[in-house]
Amino acid sequence: MSTDVTDKTPAAAPPGKSGAAGGTSLLQLVLGGLRRNMRQYGMLIALGLIVVLFQIWTGGDLLLPRNVSNLVLQNSYILILAIGMMLVIIAGHIDLSVGSLTAFVGAFAAVLTVSHHVAWPVALVLCLLMGALAGSAQGVLIAYFGIPSFIVTLAGMLLFRGLTEILLQGQTLGPFPGGLQKIGNGFLPEVGPNTNYHNITLLLGLVLMAAVVWQEVRDRRREQEFALDVLPGRLFLLKLVAIVAAILTLTMLLASYNGAPIVLIILGVLVVGYGYIMRNAVFGRHIYAIGGNLPAAKLSGVKDKKVTFYVFLNMGVLAALAGLVVAARLNAASPKAGVNFELEAIASSFIGGASMSGGVGTVLGAIIGGLVLGVLNNGMNLLSVGTDWQQVIKGLALLAAVGFDVWNKRKSGS
Amino acid sequence: MAGPVLEMRSIVKTFPGVKALSDVNLTVRQGEVHAICGENGAGKSTLMKVLSGVHPHGSYEGEILFEEQNCSFRDIRASEQHGIVIIHQELALVPYLSIAENIFLGNEHASRGLINWNETLRHATQLLRRVGLDEHPETRVADIGVGKQQLVEIAKALSKSVKLLILDEPTAALNDEDSAKLLDLILELKNQGITSIIISHKLNEIRKVADSVTILRDGRTIETLDVKAAETTEERIIAGMVGRDLDHRFPERTPHEGADEDAAPALEIRDWTVHHPIDQQRKVVDDVSIHVRRGEIVGIAGLMGAGRTELAMNVFGRSYGRYAGGTVLKDGTEIRTRTVAEAVGHGIAYVTEDRKHYGLNLIDTINRNISLTALGKVARRGIVDEHEERQVSEGYRTSMNIKAPTVFEPVNKLSGGNQQKVVLSKWIFAGPDVLILDEPTRGIDVGAKYEIYTVIDQLAAQGKAVVFISSELPELLGMCDRIYTMAAGRLTGEVPRAEATQEVLMRQMTKDKEVTR
Repeated sequence: MSTDVTDKTPAAAPPGKSGAAGGTSLLQLVLGGLRRNMRQYGMLIALGLIVVLFQIWTGGDLLLPRNVSNLVLQNSYILILAIGMMLVIIAGHIDLSVGSLTAFVGAFAAVLTVSHHVAWPVALVLCLLMGALAGSAQGVLIAYFGIPSFIVTLAGMLLFRGLTEILLQGQTLGPFPGGLQKIGNGFLPEVGPNTNYHNITLLLGLVLMAAVVWQEVRDRRREQEFALDVLPGRLFLLKLVAIVAAILTLTMLLASYNGAPIVLIILGVLVVGYGYIMRNAVFGRHIYAIGGNLPAAKLSGVKDKKVTFYVFLNMGVLAALAGLVVAARLNAASPKAGVNFELEAIASSFIGGASMSGGVGTVLGAIIGGLVLGVLNNGMNLLSVGTDWQQVIKGLALLAAVGFDVWNKRKSGS
Repeated sequence: MAGPVLEMRSIVKTFPGVKALSDVNLTVRQGEVHAICGENGAGKSTLMKVLSGVHPHGSYEGEILFEEQNCSFRDIRASEQHGIVIIHQELALVPYLSIAENIFLGNEHASRGLINWNETLRHATQLLRRVGLDEHPETRVADIGVGKQQLVEIAKALSKSVKLLILDEPTAALNDEDSAKLLDLILELKNQGITSIIISHKLNEIRKVADSVTILRDGRTIETLDVKAAETTEERIIAGMVGRDLDHRFPERTPHEGADEDAAPALEIRDWTVHHPIDQQRKVVDDVSIHVRRGEIVGIAGLMGAGRTELAMNVFGRSYGRYAGGTVLKDGTEIRTRTVAEAVGHGIAYVTEDRKHYGLNLIDTINRNISLTALGKVARRGIVDEHEERQVSEGYRTSMNIKAPTVFEPVNKLSGGNQQKVVLSKWIFAGPDVLILDEPTRGIDVGAKYEIYTVIDQLAAQGKAVVFISSELPELLGMCDRIYTMAAGRLTGEVPRAEATQEVLMRQMTKDKEVTR
């Protein structure tokens, strides 16, 4: 996930810095920037370390093209859920129902396409609508009736799990029509001459690089136009190089196997879209405001109930999408699908910098948190660590991440 | 008359940046009811917290002699062991426990960790009889009214064999009948030999129960008067509370002359009544009508519980209490302000007295706090233009002199004065015609106060209508063209700038119902 477009905060260098930049070394600039944005970069660095460690321990297996492709496919649904969960947590709530809801929507999709032979695009839309319905039902209870989200979604967790078993009558239902399967396992189609690489993926990577660089340069120019402080030139260049290198690496890895998975494209669109909404849209700002200080947000004219409602509606739709991806990947709907997904999504959000009391967190953070867990999972599988120890280690990782955050905050004296 | 039971000598208490008490002396005689009065922020509550060990020994200077012993209380428990019990303004009862459980909370009738219920109920019944509360001791505290809860607090104090009872504004939350009962009980306890200190600014109450009164002002003891003495009139007490000169702490401002008397006021509130959100029998604002014209600064003076904030917040989108009648007119046309969004839409801004809880998202940046109320102004089709937003807030950082390196500084890193400037910027950016400023200079230093006065002055000069709610009379006198006074939810007066003095205002602020009726 190298879509660093959503992250521009380092541009906020203190005014004194830009003038004095000529005299300081690049390293000092980088370290200074890191120190000011510890919360944002801390987890990214941790993710990098984990990747390097497992790359060494697995003798290079972790970053084999085939495994990277797998890593994306295995974690995509948790990442989709983590995006929605991050919004819920920023708003100061929690959603425990998403695991059951993914299973329920998967079952619904199976009943539609397998039992009733509904065309898959129609089924897809109906499933997303079902997610929206489930999410808005919970949203109404939480936002307008004032029932705590923990209770409502705990009830939802039981309810949707039960409905799943009723729909499937305890059986596994499959297989899905081809189109739907592609959402979970498919790759972008290949065209053009044989280059030993996946052409479309390469092209897409190039376009993405160009887009990110263009966006960053344009932003910088606009900031200069408004006579605002910008990142010092050399640091800006370094940032661009880092972004391009990251995209290039991922592109080459994927292009040398089957190409980019379709779900990665979906995920990419979601990350960029939600990152943009949370940062730049009035709606996103209002989510941060109600999570940060609800009474103050109310007194500022923020329609807190409406915002809360939409946050849960959105979570429902994303849970439905995740449900489709899971079902498509397993090529069957199972009554036991999605167990503990809600906890993985919640853990991803907290590892990625969310706060229990709300008001804090980024979409990119949720993705990084999800990837930390995903890489741990995948790496430990490659090393044949048993699921028992995997759980222990993941638990410790969550504690360490949040503990570091608390320690870091106390150190900065707030 | 009996000798002193309590002597507090040369008490000095400093908080970071503020000297709350500087050289306070207090002598309370055995068996008397001693009143302490003073303006908001005079140091009354702080003094009582020093006495009861909330501020432990060592965190203040000076000495406390209780029953001729030098006391150094480490915490509340230590002072209670000596028989000093404080009942705070906000009651400290657990709503879902019974009366009996509350009375003996932390002090249970128990052996080896198990509660002896028979003994608990017997003792509770006995205590309830003593305070004249006719409720079963197993009733939940949440099910009885505030007045009765106050009595439970006193029963709790009696269970600790109290010798000196401290009551911090005990009648502030009570209606007339409950207040009268409580005052009778204090007199009854006096007959039983219990000494009381009562903090109050209701002068008629002081006259009714107190034997002597000590007046505090700006963290100092001004004087102690014998209430029963003939020369101790209410005027005399008021003079002691306010006696302070106005120096040059305010920007020069040309008073707004009534040139546009004929034009409709920018904001007019008529016959506004608000009920307490929980205790719905109680009117916190009672039939209040005020108005403010463009270019005018109108003050609302009042003591704690006068209903000023309640009025402002209820008008501003029903943000406090239950609306029970009244109309709002903007430039002569009736408008609706049932939600905050409606009020803001009509060009009204309310700048809260409690910036930390109601004014700011403390964990967010200056930038985003300023833009929040009027995000639409820097957004197109729901998308915020961050560059424009940043430019706007940088503008306020400069013009309001907010001391921070960039607008990306989180507001919890700022000082109180700078936080207040952010709140003001936020509402000025919303572009209102009417600004209701609730205690805009509370808890900030003198320099920052002057800056905020200047901003207020400029707002009025630009033709905005300003309602200025404040507990500091000098500040109202220095800034306002007209001053309303409120007491116990009612409007008790309207004084033009020329006639306003601290004495006149204080007189009207302490007017109670008997006087107005």
